[in-house]
Amino acid sequence: MTTPIDLDLDGPAAPPRSNGELVFAEPWESRTFGMVMALTDAAALDWDDFRDALIARIKQWESDPPEGECWSYYRCWQLALEDSLIARGVIGENGVSDRGAELAARPAGHDHDHDHDHTETAR
Amino acid sequence: MSAFEERLPIALRTEALEQLLVEKGLVDPAVMDKFISTYEKDVGPLNGAKVVAKAWTDPDYRARLLEDGTAAISELGFKGPQGEHMVVVANEDKVHNVVVCTLCSCYPWPVLGLPPTWYKDPAYRARVVREPRAVLSEMGLDLAGDVEIRVWDSSSEVRFLVLPQRPAATDALTEEQLADLVTRDAMVGVAVVAAP
Repeated sequence: MTTPIDLDLDGPAAPPRSNGELVFAEPWESRTFGMVMALTDAAALDWDDFRDALIARIKQWESDPPEGECWSYYRCWQLALEDSLIARGVIGENGVSDRGAELAARPAGHDHDHDHDHTETAR
Repeated sequence: MSAFEERLPIALRTEALEQLLVEKGLVDPAVMDKFISTYEKDVGPLNGAKVVAKAWTDPDYRARLLEDGTAAISELGFKGPQGEHMVVVANEDKVHNVVVCTLCSCYPWPVLGLPPTWYKDPAYRARVVREPRAVLSEMGLDLAGDVEIRVWDSSSEVRFLVLPQRPAATDALTEEQLADLVTRDAMVGVAVVAAP
């Protein structure tokens, strides 16, 4: 798409905000948040375990910030969620990386087929 | 997880994990959508502002709020994840309270929504404990030298909410009008409530 999109930052179609600030800066942040909430709500994840993993991930980043990588709070959430699920045996050590590599290998434009059935994407 | 594997773009990691969890039947994308939408649209600082305005207008409520924050806040219907173990600290003429979570970003979601970017930032979390007066000044709040600053470190055991001081010359305002004056930043303690 080459046409600039009018984001309408203040109008009725403005992105959701909380006191003047976007709650989630990027869609993936909201998916990570949603997974943690859905899992803790279903008791498939213990919040305190997740919080311990989150503290560890934040501490790790702060003690040795990866070169060239900006601070991202929800990145810590995502990695802490993976750590918690690996510790619980819900996913394998390389489960996310392996599936992520498969997703990365998708042909360009894979998600621009508007005739596809969205339920198919979950395989 | 090796450092190399963590270099996979984070958006792909979230997509991959969601796929895996959906396949295992552990999460339902519709349930995720509902949580996301709730915290994007419905739960925010307006809830906390209602609590503050009620405390300003109802001395009995104020006493209950300072005695047992969780119970008094739930009286107004605000409860849920991260809303347990609430402690409300009141600003006074010579005492200013400010809240942080040094270890992660514990924050009272039911009354304030999800935390803003600066609250989660390593610099705020580290510095507000060491040099609160300087940090508050940088954020636009210059407190007189004789005002004591108390910094409260939130945790999973305790989540703090600041009860700001009611601005002068607001006697004629209704509770609803007062709530409109209360900002999120004032309830975290990095601002005060300005008169209308």
